[in-house]
Amino acid sequence: MNGAADMGGVMGFGPVRHEGEDEPKFHAEWEKRALALTLAIGGTGQWNIDMSRSARESLPPQEYLSKTYYEIWIAGIEKLMVERGMVSKDEIEAGRLLAPPKQLPRILKAETVATVLAKGGPTERPSDVPARFRLGDRVRAKNMHPSGHTRLPRYVRGHVGTIELLHGVHVFPDTNAKGQGEQPQWLYTVRFAATELWGPDGDPTHSVSVDAWDSYLEPA
Amino acid sequence: MGHDHDHHHHDHDHEHEHGTVLSDVELRVRALESLLVEKGYVDPAALDILIETYETKVGPHNGAHVVAKAWSDPAYRDWLLKDATAAIQSLGYIGRQGEHMVAVENTATTHNMVVCTLCSCYPWPVLGLPPVWYKSAPYRSRAVIDPRGVLKDFGVTLPAEKQIKVWDSTAEIRYLVLPERPKGTEGWSEDRLAALVTRDSMIGTGLAKAPA
Repeated sequence: MNGAADMGGVMGFGPVRHEGEDEPKFHAEWEKRALALTLAIGGTGQWNIDMSRSARESLPPQEYLSKTYYEIWIAGIEKLMVERGMVSKDEIEAGRLLAPPKQLPRILKAETVATVLAKGGPTERPSDVPARFRLGDRVRAKNMHPSGHTRLPRYVRGHVGTIELLHGVHVFPDTNAKGQGEQPQWLYTVRFAATELWGPDGDPTHSVSVDAWDSYLEPA
Repeated sequence: MGHDHDHHHHDHDHEHEHGTVLSDVELRVRALESLLVEKGYVDPAALDILIETYETKVGPHNGAHVVAKAWSDPAYRDWLLKDATAAIQSLGYIGRQGEHMVAVENTATTHNMVVCTLCSCYPWPVLGLPPVWYKSAPYRSRAVIDPRGVLKDFGVTLPAEKQIKVWDSTAEIRYLVLPERPKGTEGWSEDRLAALVTRDSMIGTGLAKAPA
């Protein structure tokens, strides 16, 4: 969707404020809890990573832009849990149980954390479908504006680039986010010249590469 | 996401029963945690292990090990550039947010820089959790249109003719920048080299440190 999260090329946010190499890993105790809660509740398997991203990026733009990153994560899991009937809005406001829990097939137990983190969530899938594009092929990122989740940023849509890497066949986020299955597709890295993306304002020594699934692209 | 690291919301502070001041967000997260524990959806001991993992075990020292090894061992460097996932896994850095790795090498003519414009994708097993600025709107918005300006914010000025390649992590591929090895480090051990490798040099917003 064309939401606030898709911010590549947006102007006016000001300089990057960084805290140097010694930046603390967390800036408040609650941030630790927010990280751990997000990972632990994700470990119940009630949604996939694309559904998480979709929940975060579909927050209203004014909310997305005014929240800190861990606040966005918390808003995301609240939304996903309410949608699935795991908790109610009233329970979130009350901070205590008002209705019996939903029966979940699994939860993330302490003794399995290390194994689960080590396993991660690989997205490559075995396939014998040949790649449509080869290294060096010129492709156009489609001019598309789906209302649901997509990983094709607006700033490349309609622009022509070159296939730079082939990554194999990967889970397709646009369908996976909607519960329509993994529908794996070839994944490529496409390199765009900055002058193609930004016209005469682009720096001729600069390029941007994005990872793009097959159906985001057309021959150019 | 205007002020990620300004976590104080003094206008909405509440008095905690023990006298410490808690913000709305702190109260909300605490309440959510107790609700989820009460529901039986999360194991409190799992939360502690998750925090401990990302606070103490996983961090840029892992990536620095990878880089120092690539600087010292040409065969490892070649492997890293050809199959980063396997080369990094061989050092024990595996798992969540590092399932599919690509290493990109800085050279005399090319500088690489990594961003995730759409969210906060970052190679956790080698770099740990992303710094606040990496997830912030100023970085995500500008890295793809004005990388030299962003580098200036980090105090880095590259030669005008140097090619700048920005990698926007829009899928599950995670990028690690292999910085240029600083001059004057010939014959250095891996451990000594690793101390020169900064987090920012592996994102591409910085360079490796020069020997003191």
